[in-house]
Amino acid sequence: MTKPTEKLELFEVFVRSKRGLDHKHVGSLHAEDHEQALEYARDCYTRRSEGVSLWVVKSSDICASQEDDADCFYDPNDDKPYRHATYYVLPDPVNNM
Amino acid sequence: MTPEEQNFMRKIEAEEKIEPKDWMPADYRKNLIRQISQHAHSEVIGMQPEGNWITRAPSLRRKAVLLSKVQDEAGHGLYLYSAAETLGISRSEMIEQLQTGKAKYSSIFNYPTLTWADVAAIGWLVDGAAIVNQVSLQRTSYGPYSRGMIRICKEESFHQRQGYEAMLALAHGSPEQKEMAQDALNRFYWPALMMFGPHDSASAHSQKSMEWKIKRETNDDLRQKFVDQTVKQIEVLGLEHPDKNLKWNEERGHYDSSDLNWDEFWSVINGNGHCNRERIEHHVAAHEEGEWVRDAIAAYNEKKRAKKAQNAA
Repeated sequence: MTKPTEKLELFEVFVRSKRGLDHKHVGSLHAEDHEQALEYARDCYTRRSEGVSLWVVKSSDICASQEDDADCFYDPNDDKPYRHATYYVLPDPVNNM
Repeated sequence: MTPEEQNFMRKIEAEEKIEPKDWMPADYRKNLIRQISQHAHSEVIGMQPEGNWITRAPSLRRKAVLLSKVQDEAGHGLYLYSAAETLGISRSEMIEQLQTGKAKYSSIFNYPTLTWADVAAIGWLVDGAAIVNQVSLQRTSYGPYSRGMIRICKEESFHQRQGYEAMLALAHGSPEQKEMAQDALNRFYWPALMMFGPHDSASAHSQKSMEWKIKRETNDDLRQKFVDQTVKQIEVLGLEHPDKNLKWNEERGHYDSSDLNWDEFWSVINGNGHCNRERIEHHVAAHEEGEWVRDAIAAYNEKKRAKKAQNAA
């Protein structure tokens, strides 16, 4: 009757440590549903007031870029140095703009 | 070397972390699964010797602290199981390996906790030794393991400090309490040193693990660190150092110490410690007795799902 853990859904846990900061990925856990994942995440990842807000996301819902394809995936941005502030050489007296 | 191997070694040499979806040598994966699952099992089995004392803690404060610590160990087990799962092994496979004796856990937990002072000594010495090892493992080459270690180290410091504080109370207490503290120190000091594993020359997995940066420092170097840092701590407690051969070596900048009883080490690893059987039997019993809870959660969730579907319809 009991489901082995791997039959349970895998969730990724994100914690916001303080208002005004981003949620940060802290780890993962198995749970039956979102609600249970949230309770487990509270017990496991915020035992010492590490957070003011928790996100749980089904791992299977995350669509990730492939690191092996990183070169061609990011290629379109690599030839645009003019997007960086350091590209523009200004006279010394105003260079701290 | 194949291009994959070359790329893998380039990352290792450049101190880049290896992540779950990266190509890795089969032995790297196998080695990591062995080490991380063994580490996870140690956290979980480690709850037993201390758990024995939760109902008998000498004050409400000590009881709350011990409960928190044991709860942390469960959490640490979970971080580590999750890290191992990213390598393609399932939780139930790991539990089965533990329960059938195929996977090991730290031998220290096969020693019994006879007195309250033993609980103090475990926090101070056993968690202290674990921290020395884990601080070093924060720099391990496998990303999920490294991140787990960083989180664990943040939490673990309280474990060692509460143990030392409890030890301090005993060492400064009545003559009987002081004697109890000394006895616990005498019994746990040596097994704590054995936690770092066999000598480098006798360690089966060390060389490859160092090459792949799974391990960052050798067993003997980590053990030396622990020996050195513990001397002052014993002195402040006002207890006698259990190692009568301990001597400062000016040239090395370290303490020289007695060699360990390696026969005892191998005997406990191979299943003949005081509590090996009891620990696994208890784990199996807890797992089986907890089944109705897991069933109840599943049944409740099934009910909720059905209700939701009905409301939506």
